[in-house]
Amino acid sequence: MDADTRVRVAEDVDVVVARQAGRELAQRLGMSASLQTMVATAISEVARNMVVYAGCGEIVLSVVSDDGRRGIEITARDDGPGIADVDLAMRDGYSTGNSLGLGLPGARRLMDDFLVESVPQGGTTITMRKWLAEWT
Amino acid sequence: MPVPILHQGRLLIASVPPTATDRDLRELQDDLAEQVGRIGARGVIIDVSVLDILDSFATRVLETVGQVSHLRGATTVIVGIQPDVALAMVQLGVTLDAVATALDLEGGLALLHEQRSAASR
Repeated sequence: MDADTRVRVAEDVDVVVARQAGRELAQRLGMSASLQTMVATAISEVARNMVVYAGCGEIVLSVVSDDGRRGIEITARDDGPGIADVDLAMRDGYSTGNSLGLGLPGARRLMDDFLVESVPQGGTTITMRKWLAEWT
Repeated sequence: MPVPILHQGRLLIASVPPTATDRDLRELQDDLAEQVGRIGARGVIIDVSVLDILDSFATRVLETVGQVSHLRGATTVIVGIQPDVALAMVQLGVTLDAVATALDLEGGLALLHEQRSAASR
């Protein structure tokens, strides 16, 4: 059983560290270059949000299995200001910062499972998973 | 770590390393904007062939470089987007409208050359 990889994210360089860790885990799991890049990109998006909106947080990477298939699970947790309207935040082009507004909906498109739990002033937890197809 | 920018005549060439952080990219954006003006650049080539991801932030930087350069008379070409990076960009939903693209440096140079030839006819 693989131990979890935990990355503390507080500044720019940690975004790179987190996505590299994601790529490495995806690679160890046997994911193709394409899947590895999708995982890394999704991590980059949520890690950046963490730095920009919450200041700091933690990203936990783990291997999960479900019904014979294996996958990578990423949990990005912070104690920041939270997302007031998750539905709005999940809409392309919506941004409360100075960005494209593609971070959250983009990450969701890249991953298979995607869950956002957020309470205004109560932090945000994003859980996302990418599965390895059974036949690979 | 600042991304080095090479000058070749009226051409600027920058190669982005995989370790580049958001801050490095922002600085590159500013450096290119300044240098386009300073040397009267006609073309900007940004080589991303060793980048293993292009996320929404990086894409936005490239787009901004393209728009700013265009306003100052230069064409920007992004070269070397890797296949899995391109796929992830499509899934992410980002587009590159203000810049041209080419497979590699040679392709980028050819594109800029063609453009200049066409303009002078």
